[in-house]
Amino acid sequence: MKITGEDVQRVATLAHLDLTSEEQARMEKDLTDILGYIDQLSELDTSHVEPMTRTSEIAQAGDLFRDDEPRACLDRDSALQAAPQAADGFFRVPKVIVR
Amino acid sequence: MSSTVDIKLLTIDSARAAVQQRQITATALAEAFFQAIDAEDRQPGQVNAYLTLSRERALAQAATVDAIADRGDPIPALGGVPIAVKDVLMTAATRTTAGSRILGNYVPPYDATAIARLEAAGAVLLGKLNCDEFAMGSSGENSAWGPVRNPRDLSRVPGGSSSGSAAAVAAGTAVATLGSETGGSIRQPAAFCGVVGLMPTYGRVSRYGLIAFASSLDRVGPLTKSSKDAAILLREMAGHDPMDATSAKAPVPDYELEIGKPVRGLRVGMPKEYFGEGLDADIRSRVEEAIQLLANAGCEIKQISLPHSKYAIATYYVLATAEASSNLARFDGVRYGYRSPEAKTLSEMYSRSRDDGFGPEVKRRIMLGTYVLSAGYYDAYYLKAQKVRTLLARDFQSAFEQVDAIAAPVTPTLAFKFGEKADPLSMYLADIFTATASLTGAPAIAAPCGESKAGLPVGLQIVGRHFEEEVILRLAHALEHARAGIR
Repeated sequence: MKITGEDVQRVATLAHLDLTSEEQARMEKDLTDILGYIDQLSELDTSHVEPMTRTSEIAQAGDLFRDDEPRACLDRDSALQAAPQAADGFFRVPKVIVR
Repeated sequence: MSSTVDIKLLTIDSARAAVQQRQITATALAEAFFQAIDAEDRQPGQVNAYLTLSRERALAQAATVDAIADRGDPIPALGGVPIAVKDVLMTAATRTTAGSRILGNYVPPYDATAIARLEAAGAVLLGKLNCDEFAMGSSGENSAWGPVRNPRDLSRVPGGSSSGSAAAVAAGTAVATLGSETGGSIRQPAAFCGVVGLMPTYGRVSRYGLIAFASSLDRVGPLTKSSKDAAILLREMAGHDPMDATSAKAPVPDYELEIGKPVRGLRVGMPKEYFGEGLDADIRSRVEEAIQLLANAGCEIKQISLPHSKYAIATYYVLATAEASSNLARFDGVRYGYRSPEAKTLSEMYSRSRDDGFGPEVKRRIMLGTYVLSAGYYDAYYLKAQKVRTLLARDFQSAFEQVDAIAAPVTPTLAFKFGEKADPLSMYLADIFTATASLTGAPAIAAPCGESKAGLPVGLQIVGRHFEEEVILRLAHALEHARAGIR
C-alpha cells in the first residue's frame, strides 16, 4: 500500500507530532516500505484463530487482580518535582482556551 | 588498593569472594571500576557505554558492605559486586534518560524494583548505560547521546537496544549489567559482543520502574560473563512484585543450584526455519558445533519445524509499534521531560515538545503504531497481528511437546559496521530469530559459542518453556564447560 502525504499528516496529527517537511517525505517512503513488508501477514488465513491479547495468559502469570484497597503512593511534591512547570501543587500548562 | 585483583576478569563469585576475604575493599573495587570507566569508556572514539555515573550511591553502598566484611560477617550474595543498568530503568535521584533528548534532565522519584532487589543483595550500582532511544533499535546507533561501540571491534556496532549493557560487560567496565528486551534487545547485543544475555519469561522479573516501550512484550534481564552469573542475578531479581500487576506469582527456584544439574537426556530441537538462506556461514558452523557439544554431553538433538517463523518480524512491528504509540503518549511536556519553550498553546506544546524531543526512529515507530491503530486499519493490521501471534505461540507449544528446549542462532549476521543498515526495514530484520520468543513470552538465552574467521563473536540461542529458565541456563552452562574443555 502506498502511503500518501495526506496519510502522513493525518497520522502525525493523531500522534501529536509536528513533523518538518523533510521528515514528512521520509515518513511517506519508510511507512510505505514497512507496511508493504507487513502485508505478508495477509497470506495467512486467520478466520478461525483467536487473537492473543495478553502474554500473561500463556505465561500463567497468575491472578492479575488485587483487592481494591487504598495503598500508599507517590506524594504530591515528588510527583511534581520533575514537571517543566508547576505552581501551587499543580502542573502548569499554556492556556487551554484561547480567545 | 590491592594489585592482586584483575577487575576485567571478575565474575560475581570472584568479586564477592575478593571483598569478603578482604583482598580488596568494596570501596576500592568501585573506585577501580570508576577509573577504568574514565580511562576506557568516556573519551571520544571509546566504547561510550556509560551515560551517567552514580558515584555517591555506589560508594555509600560499598561502605555498607565493607562494614559487614570488616566485622568478619558474611556479606550478601552480591556484596560489593559492581554492576550497571540500562538507562530505561529508573533510579531515584540519578538521571534516567532512556537514551532520549526528551528525558535529558529527568530525575525519577523512585527506583525500579529490579535495581532495588540487586542493591538489597549488596550490589554496587556504578551507573546508567547507553541504549537505543526508548529501547528502539538493533544497533545502539539510535541514542541521543551518541552510539556505543563494540569493544570487540570499535568500528562495529554492539547491537541493541541494550547496547551499553552488552558493551560494558564485554569491555569489563562492569562485572554484570541489566538490560531490557522487547524484541531481541538483550539477546542480539549479547551475541554481537560475545557475552551471555538472558531474557526471562514474561512476568518473571518485575517491570516496576522500567520505562515502558511495548507492555505485552517488555522484560528485564541480565547480561553477564557466564551463565552462572546470569543465574545468580535472576535469582536475586525474580519473583512477584505487588507494584507490577503483570509480575508472576510462580515460585522462584535457586537457579545457581539448578545449573549444576546434568543435561543428559534433555531433548533439544533445531528448527529448520532458523538454518535456511540468509544465515551467515560462520554463524551456521559455530552454532552447529555448539549443538554437537550438547549432543556429546548427552542431549538428544531433534529436527523440528516452527512453520510461522517468517511472519514473526511483521507481527512484531505491528504490535510493538502500536503499544509504543500508546505508551509514549505520556511524553507531552506536562508531567516530566522536555517542554518546547516556543509553544504558545497547549496543542503546540504537545506537538513541538514531542517533535523536538524524540529522535527519528522513535517518531517512525509512533507513526507506524498510530497508523495501524487508526480508524479503518485496526482489523487489517492490529487484530491480524494478534491472531498471527496466536499461531506463533502454537508453533512453540507443539515444539515443546517434542523437545525441552529449542537451539538456534541468535542473529543471521555478525556485528555490522556503523551506518551499514541505514534502511529501517533491513535493521528490523536483524531481529528475525529473536522476535518469536519475545511474542510468545518464552524465556531465551544468548550464549557465546565461538568466533567467526575474522574474530567476531557468535551466539547460540536457547529457548525454553515458560518459567523454565533453569533448563536453558543449565544448557548454556553445559555448553560453557564443553567449550572450555576443547579450547
